Formats: sequence, C-alpha cells, structure tokens
Amino acid sequence: MNCCGPDADTALSLPSAVAKGPAREELALSSRALPGGLRQADLSVPGVHCGACMTNIEAALGHLDGVDHARVNLSTKRVSVRWREDAATPDIAEALGRLGYESHLFEQGADEKDETLAELIRGLGIAGFAAGNIMLLSVSVWSGATDATRDLFHWISALIALPALAYAGRIFFRSAWGALRNGRTNMDVPISIGILLAYSMSLYDTANSGPHAYFDASASLLFFLLIGRTLDHVMRERARVAVKGLARLAARGATVLNTDGSSAYLPVSDIRPGAHILLAAGERVPVDARVLKGRSELDCAIVSGESAPVVVEAGASLRAGTLNLTGPLTIEATAAAQDSFLAEMMRLMEAAESGRGGYRRIADRAAALYAPILHLTAFLTFLGWMVADGNWHQAITIAIAVLIITCPCALGLAVPIVQVAAARRLFENGIMVKDGSAMERLAEIDTVVFDKTGTLTLGRPRLVNANETAPDVLALAAAIGLHSRHPISRALAETRAVKPAKEWAFDAIDEIPGFGLEARIGTDTYRLGRAAWALDRANTAAGTVLSKNGARLGEFVFEDRLRAGAGAAIEALRGRGMAVEIVSGDRPDAVASVAAALGIDQTSSGALPSGKVERLETLKAEGRKVLMVGDGLNDAPALAAAHVSMAPASAADIGRSAADFVFLRESLSAIPLTLATSREASRLIRQNLVLAIVYNAVAVPIALLGYVTPLVAALAMSGSSVIVIANGLRLGTGKTKLSRPATEPGQPFPIKEAMAS
Amino acid sequence: MTGLLFLLPVALLLGGLGLAAFLWSLNSGQYDDMDGAAERILVDDD
Repeated sequence: MNCCGPDADTALSLPSAVAKGPAREELALSSRALPGGLRQADLSVPGVHCGACMTNIEAALGHLDGVDHARVNLSTKRVSVRWREDAATPDIAEALGRLGYESHLFEQGADEKDETLAELIRGLGIAGFAAGNIMLLSVSVWSGATDATRDLFHWISALIALPALAYAGRIFFRSAWGALRNGRTNMDVPISIGILLAYSMSLYDTANSGPHAYFDASASLLFFLLIGRTLDHVMRERARVAVKGLARLAARGATVLNTDGSSAYLPVSDIRPGAHILLAAGERVPVDARVLKGRSELDCAIVSGESAPVVVEAGASLRAGTLNLTGPLTIEATAAAQDSFLAEMMRLMEAAESGRGGYRRIADRAAALYAPILHLTAFLTFLGWMVADGNWHQAITIAIAVLIITCPCALGLAVPIVQVAAARRLFENGIMVKDGSAMERLAEIDTVVFDKTGTLTLGRPRLVNANETAPDVLALAAAIGLHSRHPISRALAETRAVKPAKEWAFDAIDEIPGFGLEARIGTDTYRLGRAAWALDRANTAAGTVLSKNGARLGEFVFEDRLRAGAGAAIEALRGRGMAVEIVSGDRPDAVASVAAALGIDQTSSGALPSGKVERLETLKAEGRKVLMVGDGLNDAPALAAAHVSMAPASAADIGRSAADFVFLRESLSAIPLTLATSREASRLIRQNLVLAIVYNAVAVPIALLGYVTPLVAALAMSGSSVIVIANGLRLGTGKTKLSRPATEPGQPFPIKEAMAS
Repeated sequence: MTGLLFLLPVALLLGGLGLAAFLWSLNSGQYDDMDGAAERILVDDD
C-alpha cells in the first residue's frame, strides 16, 4: 500500500504546500456544545487512508491540552474531536498539519445522519427477515404439506408478510403514489400493484383454503428491489459525502473591527454593510467590499476566470470569493453576504436549473411504455378466461398471476445495478457521480464546452524559460519566491525542489504588495518582481525580473500551465465525435494561446456568467446536448444550465454542487473515462432491459395459460433478477481500468495551495 | 405434527432475535465506519 506518504513526500517535493487547516477561531465557530461541558468539532481530513494514519491522528490529538476524545472515521475521512469547554480551543489543525495532514471544515449540517439510508436498511432487514421465513414455510408447502398444515403455514406467512409489506413496501408505495398523483407513471407503480395484488389475492385464497399463495413472491420481490434501491442510495451518498468533504473555498468568517478598536471574528452571515474587516494575506474576501487601506494583489481566477492576479489599492472594489495574495488589507463591506456576488450566482443558477427539469430517466421511460402494456395484458387475460371458462375466480387468479410474474422486478434492478457498478468504477478513479441520471445524460452528449482558467489550465503560472536562465540565478529566485503566496513566486519556488542548490542566508525579506519581494544579504539588495520596480527604471517592459542592487540578474517568463492530460483528453473526445469549444471569462489573447495549444477552433472570451449560459442556450437551441466542464463561481450558472456538467475538485463550492460529476485528480483524462464508462453503462442498461423483455416473452404465455404456481413464479422471478444483476456487474470487472494519472504519491487529493482558505 | 407447535414459534423467535440484533447494531452506529472497523482490528494498543 502507498501508505502514510503525505508528510514525507509533500514536505519534500512541495516546500510551498505546507499542510493547512482552519484557524482556531473558525474551529470554535463551527463547533457545537455537548452535554457535560464538552464541545465537538468535525473536520474533513482527505489525507487519511489507512489504519496507521488513523492511530497516529488519534494519538496526536488525544495528547492535546483539553482534548477529551478524538476519533477518526476512515470511511468518510473525517475526524471528530471533543474538548472540554473550560479549556482553550485546542489547535487541532496545527497538530494535524504537523503530522502532514491537510484539514478543513465542511458544510454545516453535512454530518447529519442519513435518514433515508437508515430507513432503507431497516426496510431491507425486515424484508430479508420476512422473505427468509416465508420461503422456509413455502418450501414445506411445495414439498407436500396439505390441508390444515398448509393453511396454517399460509396464515403464518400472511402474518409475517403484512408488517414487512407495510414497513418495507412504503418506500415504493410512496414513490408510486407521488407519480400517480401527478398523472405520471414510474417503475414503482407496476411494482406496487404487483406486490399488493399478490398479497391480497393470496390472503383471499388462504381464507378459502386455496392451494396457492404468493406471500413468498411478494416478500422476496421486495427484498431484491430494496437491495437495488439501497445500493443506489449508498452510491450517491458516498459521492455526496466525498464532495462535501472537499475544502470550502468561501470564507466562513472574517475579523471585523469594532468602532472602539477591538476586533472580533464573526461568521460571514453576521457581517453588515459598512463593517470594517481586516483581511490578511491568504484569506478570501468574505462579502463584496471596498478597499480602505493597504495594497495587495488578488487572485480572481475562481470568480471571473482571469488568470493574472489583479493589483488593488484603496478605493478598489472587491468581489466576494477572491483570494488576497500578498498584503494585508482593511476593507469595508458594501453588501451583506446574501447580496454578494455569490448570491447573485445562486440566483442565476436557480433560473438555469429550472430550464433543465425536462429529463426523464430511462427506467421511467421504460416503465411508461411497459406499465400500460402489462396492465392491458392482464385485463385481456381476464376477459379471455371469462369468455372461455366463465369462472370468475379462475379468471381473476390467472390475470393476477400474469401481473405478478410480469412485475418488473428485473426492470427495477436493471438500471440501478449497472449504475452502481459504473459509479464504483468511477469512484475508484477519483470521479464522484452525483446521481445515476447524470450518467444517462452524459451518454447522450455531442458537444463539450470547457472553461479555461482552472479547468483546461490549472490557473497557476509555470516558468517557461528555465533553460535560458543561469541555474544559480534561478535557485536564488526560487529561494526568495518561497516567501510569498503570489502565484509567480510559487511557480519559482516549485523549481527549487528539482535542483536543490546552495542555501542563502537572507538577513531580511519583505513583500511589497503590487511590486514583488525584496531580500537583503549583508549590504546587497535583491529584488524579485515587476521589471520597472526591480530595475528602478520607469520605462521598462512588463515582466518578472530578479535584480541585485538594481542590476538585472535574470528575467522570467511564465505561462499558465495546462492540466495534465488536457491534450489527450481533447483528442479522445474528438475521436468520439464530440465538438469541443472554450467559453472563458479571460482576455482573448490568453484564451487564444490555450486554444492554439489544444487545437480548439471555437472559442469565446471575456464571457460574463450570463454570457456563458446564453452560449449554452444557443447550442441547446441548435439541438445539441452539451457537457459543460468548469470550475469557477462564474461557471456555476452554466454548469446548472448544461445538459450535464463536470467540475474539478478545485472548483468553487457552488460550482461543485452544481456539477453532476466532480473529479478529484488533476488530470483531465477523467472526462473521456467518465464518458466511456457512461456509454458502456448505457449499453448494459439497454441489454438488461432487453433481457427483462425476453424473460417476459417467455413467462407471460405460461402465466396466460394458467400454469403458474407459486414455485414457478419464485423461480422465474429470482432467475431473471440474478441474470440482470450478473449482467450489470460485468461493468465492474470486465474492461481494463484506465491507468491512474500520475499525481503526487500518497496524496489522493491533488488539492494544494489553490485551496488555502 | 405437535412438534410444529414448538418449532414454528422457536424458528420465528430466533429469526426475530436476529432481526432485533441487526436493528440494534444499526442504530448504535456500528455500520458508520466500515473501512475504519476493518483497520482497527489490526491496531494493538490496549
């Protein structure tokens, strides 16, 4: 196992990526009081992946002052810590950071117990109990019990089946009733009718000492269907938890200055317009604001798609969600949280989503075709037997037998079982599926629209002229660059790991926001930053320069780097007949260079969030089915508007929640992989539907002629379910998996400084 | 046939016990961290 590497590996290869976590204030804010004078906080720690991590963390946190109890949940990759209220809030994030684990808080309410799952599992337990016991009694009847014994066994079966149906069946009855009330049908309607009819007819027959009862059929049907339903739910829940566990990018709170000069850490929702906020370097702007004092650079990539940092000074207005890079700022809130940029995006998203509602899942479409045919067949059977035989009871019994044997148990499993297998395969490759219909929709697409910054590119610059620079100059620049959060400094600092050179002992290093870094060794002054400032000459071309006492030592050229596998992914998508285009909020020249590198002709640049949605609407009007891949706040409405959407794990919070798929690894190869898996899943689903129809073609004539006994029904129905499940599971094992993209060893989540919140 | 009078209630009772035990373990959170439980058995602290 690649175990417990994160500390050693990341510490060596990425000196800039020190494991980070929420500050104490944030932690205290999100904790909740427990009885007995304790407080509890839950943190998401994506780096936990084995038993040793678990014991290390529990031991380290358990030794912190005031900590009463720390427990790691390995499945959800979370740590819950309880500490005594009278003690100071322990610095849990710092302790985790020392071990090399990044930690962060997640959405409040995300840790609520999953009620639906509990209900499904309870239902499953009860249905399993009932099915097992009834089957036991039925076997006795089939092997020859007669008269009073048979009736007794039937009565006991009826008694066991009743609560099972009432409790475990609710899940299906509710959904069937909901569909019927709205004048639609779904798969649960014929299922509910089949189960209920089987039960009531068997009860009637039992009361009249009839030879046949279908209690075993109705209970085991329920059991099989609940298995499918539960697996389906577990899959979606796992994806939901994994996505929620990613770092929040929006600020949770901010340090607000009171009029009397004191300061307090307030949650974002309590910040009123006019409040003065201290924003340290590395923090995100909590609400829309105006700069009062200070000078800094802001990373707006996630908000507007611009890849280059923007210099701000007093008077500049800031959008919520942007990241303060270099200098501390004092800002004045101009809007409350619910009126900020983020909220505007939410409204656009809701509008976009309501336009999409029309998609009907394949299972429901199949049910809409299947249910009327089924009910018509049963009705015709009844009429036929009435005409031929004239016996009421006989005709009804056979008609109901038709309904029972055609009850779409296999159909009900056909779709979820394949989707669960597909979702599992994607999950192993770091791709989260929000719900099954996303895969169905993805299989239909013919156009892919990409955002640029943060999606096709990493939104981080990369040094491109390393070979033209003297190694010791580069090493010096890297050593200086290590002291700043500015993306360019980081890009320089990252070159350091490759060529470990001599160490410099700096006497002082200062960051001058908007200009660069100034370092002193003895009497020499080194400047790394804007050319005009570093060389102390007003009329110099833009660019990044390292100077010694005003003399140029070296010049550095940067480019945003493409995500790993971008070229191959675009190529693979084209190979599948997709039209590919870019819609970005960035400058035209930045878009053009990326488009040229990837060979994409169709581009739009400078697009506003609403402009992106409009572009998607245009494509939709042309009859295209579009996959939108984007990461920023400004992409969220487009993600919601597209036929289906994907976002990287580094995306803004609302982007991630708007997307149908979230991929955790850096490589864009996730997109062709997801597409291939979805298409294969869709093929298997169709196969399963055909299998279910073939089964009916064989079983219905037998039922029509009145030859169906409970034994035949039980065999036929379990047989078809098993075949469908086996066919669905071929997806999990059959094809070779795409090789894992090479990300950092022992670091399953390639989320680094972009996430520092 | 009189054996049935014992056997049936006994069978149902045992099955019911199993169901009750399952529901209890479910409610007491024993299935909350399946991966963790698999690892914890290998930890030899106490």
